[in-house]
Amino acid sequence: MNNQLAYEETFDCVQCGYCLPACPTYTTMGKERHSPRGRINLVQMASEGKISLKEIEDSMELCLGCRACETACPTNVQYGKILSSYKEVRMQQEGSPFFNQLAMKKGLSNKGMLNTMNHSLRFYQHSGIEKLAKVTKGIQILPENLRAFEAILPNITKPDKALRKGTLIPHKETKMKVAFFTGCIMDVFFARINDLSIKLLKHAGCEVTVIKNQTCCGALQHHEGDSETTIQLAKENIRAFEKDHYDYIVNSIGGCGAMLVEYDQLLQFDPDWSERAKVFAEKSKDISVILAELDIQFTKKVEKKITYQPSCHLTNVQKVKKSPLDLIQRIPAATYIPLPEMDMCCGSAGTYNIFHYKESMEILDEKMDYVKERVPEVIVTSNPGCHLQMCMGVKREGLEMSVEVVHIVEILAEACGL
Amino acid sequence: MLTDEMVEQFKKAIKSPTRMLKEKADLVSYSYDGSFGAYLPELVIQPMSTQEVVSIVKVANQYKVPLYPRGRGTSLSGGPLPVHGGVVLDFSQWNQKLEIDCDDTIAVVSPGVLTAEIDKAAKKYGLMYPPDPSSAHVSTIGGNLAENAGGPRGLKYGVTKDYVLGLEVVTPEGEVIKTGGRTIKNVTGYDLTKLIVGSEGTLGIITEATLQLVPRPQATGTMMVIFDDIVDAGRAISKVLTSGILPSKMEIMDQASIVAVEEYESIGLPTDVDAIILIELDGHPVAIADECKQVEQVCLMVGAREVQIAANEIAAEKLWKARKLVSPAIVRKKPTKISEDATIPRSKIPEMFKRLKQIKEKYNIDLVVFGHAGDGNLHPNIITDKRDKEEMKRVELAVAEIFETAIQLGGTLSGEHGIGTMKTPFMKMELGEAGLNMMKRMKIAWDPKNIMNPGKVFPENENQRLVLVDE
Repeated sequence: MNNQLAYEETFDCVQCGYCLPACPTYTTMGKERHSPRGRINLVQMASEGKISLKEIEDSMELCLGCRACETACPTNVQYGKILSSYKEVRMQQEGSPFFNQLAMKKGLSNKGMLNTMNHSLRFYQHSGIEKLAKVTKGIQILPENLRAFEAILPNITKPDKALRKGTLIPHKETKMKVAFFTGCIMDVFFARINDLSIKLLKHAGCEVTVIKNQTCCGALQHHEGDSETTIQLAKENIRAFEKDHYDYIVNSIGGCGAMLVEYDQLLQFDPDWSERAKVFAEKSKDISVILAELDIQFTKKVEKKITYQPSCHLTNVQKVKKSPLDLIQRIPAATYIPLPEMDMCCGSAGTYNIFHYKESMEILDEKMDYVKERVPEVIVTSNPGCHLQMCMGVKREGLEMSVEVVHIVEILAEACGL
Repeated sequence: MLTDEMVEQFKKAIKSPTRMLKEKADLVSYSYDGSFGAYLPELVIQPMSTQEVVSIVKVANQYKVPLYPRGRGTSLSGGPLPVHGGVVLDFSQWNQKLEIDCDDTIAVVSPGVLTAEIDKAAKKYGLMYPPDPSSAHVSTIGGNLAENAGGPRGLKYGVTKDYVLGLEVVTPEGEVIKTGGRTIKNVTGYDLTKLIVGSEGTLGIITEATLQLVPRPQATGTMMVIFDDIVDAGRAISKVLTSGILPSKMEIMDQASIVAVEEYESIGLPTDVDAIILIELDGHPVAIADECKQVEQVCLMVGAREVQIAANEIAAEKLWKARKLVSPAIVRKKPTKISEDATIPRSKIPEMFKRLKQIKEKYNIDLVVFGHAGDGNLHPNIITDKRDKEEMKRVELAVAEIFETAIQLGGTLSGEHGIGTMKTPFMKMELGEAGLNMMKRMKIAWDPKNIMNPGKVFPENENQRLVLVDE
């Protein structure tokens, strides 16, 4: 009997199979063991010692962790817990690959290292080295998956320091006081989106503070099964954000936000932290929720056909579905066209598209079939991972000239004239 | 036991070896369905054409290997469980053919097509495929045909068998036969179509079906009727159905399920009542408006406390939400849900409610009733925990008594889930020695080697009884 796996939780599954159509890997791989029901059963069997961890590895590792199955489940199975328990046990038994571990444990939570990364990427893009690498085919030394990502790297900009210093006061009355959560990868690759988020919040009537001592949310480490690091990061963030009073802690990253709202679960058995984690989790909100509530004023028309690819963790974990749609539909002169099967993961899923490139691309291809059917001019996303993946999809289909991928904050900022 | 030689032969029977699964994680993953018990198959194959099925069956016939056709494994009776080892045939990936012929008002489908997809495709032509099991968005038509699935609309439209015009079937010897055809009228010879539908894969393997579609009703109307006494609710059902109106759905929720829903997510249901009936009418909008009023009067006359008629689709959706929330609400207390589908004649609905209440008290179990009241397919659900061996013993006895009661009242063991493994011990009780024997003779004539889904429908020995826990 393996007591570390979430064995009790597996009994909540009545094996009705309602999760099957919601699961991207079941859809593309077509085998029961790549379905949520299959995986839950495999964890149960592994707990009972009827199958080894090695034998279930392939099924479990190929799970995206999108948690769409939780939304589809009629009996509220806590799939996230079951999956994490497996990841944790695997991590303890085998450890995670060295490179991975280094990035997870040290890199993402290290401000200096992230700054250097931002700086080097900017240097790479603007110094001509990028061009050189492409012209000389020097780029070919990268494996296919990384090469694919190099090709869709966004234009890296420097985070705007002025926006991150002190507290920004709105021009008119202050409607709420918020602290802004920047995220680590977001501030390297998409600093501009964070800049725009801060401006939008101010525009909508928020007093905005970018807390200095905040750190990585811990989501990627958590997905890898590294609870120790995750807990440590959670505590650091809670400590940083409780120094002053804020109505909300706002972020514009679907995946990180999902981790933040689950800090309470992470620390529920720690008497010193459980209450503080609960307060933090309750205050953590996606930017769309705040902007929809504050009724932002649009000043410019955006005459475009817009579709929306939601972040799975925003939908299935944060349970935010309506707010982004409301906001998009309120943009003056914009036409919203719903993407069929929009709740299906795009295949990005943290580091999944790097480590399981082939499987990820099969999932992406399904998604792009719907995009081609609907012919939008803009694909709106709500998470940097999904954003890059959709850029990749657009590139793979040769649609770069006709389809633009933006974060929801970018299109809202455009409509607000920011 | 499968030998290497047999596995090699099976491998030759399919075009792509990636559709033959034999890793342990795969075998474990095809060992269960939506019911009880788990049995490891020795091999899983995912056929994608009639030719592949023919080749597979020929190998199985030669070596006497049991075959178990499986759709997406949503069966609530144990239909696809590989109880005697052998090969599970997973038909879920063979979903490529879905043709609607609107002039003939038919659909021609391959076995892995999802049931809801058929109705969705028919909708484009103003047509409807009526059978609507609540798992229609997950379950395959092949599984629905094998188990003769029903659904809420069964009240007005009947079950799967009422919409099958023709089938392509691979026999246990590996021959391909066509039954029925593309016409509504077809009385040529024995009606093998109806024999195959509901035979749970014990006579042959369905590889294609021709289904009848009907004109799609223009509109629907929904109402909720609240009762202080569940016996009045039973009477109201009979009265409505004899008042010249045939609703498309009549779903009941008893007090236990209403309370559970309100505790789970407060949506404003009155919890001091004994029962709620949700009624859906379909047809021309003008007729619906008129019929809603008539139904309201009938219900109030037999003692309904209140009738709410949904003003629009959003309001209707809100009323149906109550029904949708029952499942998640009731499993909060204990995780295991045993959904029975014993069915009784309409006139016996009030009596059945009384008897179910007695069974609940006698065995001291959590029993809620929510289901398709209009057709007597009540769905008593027992909520328990399969790890609690002592309680499970009481549950086994209670389930047995529910079956006995249904038969005593002139009803049947299964309205729409099928017999599978779970209800085999009760077959003789309903059919009698001679009745069951005639069925067995047909099985032996079709499948003398007993390779087609063995262990289903028929009790395997005299002393077999219902077992829900591993002993």
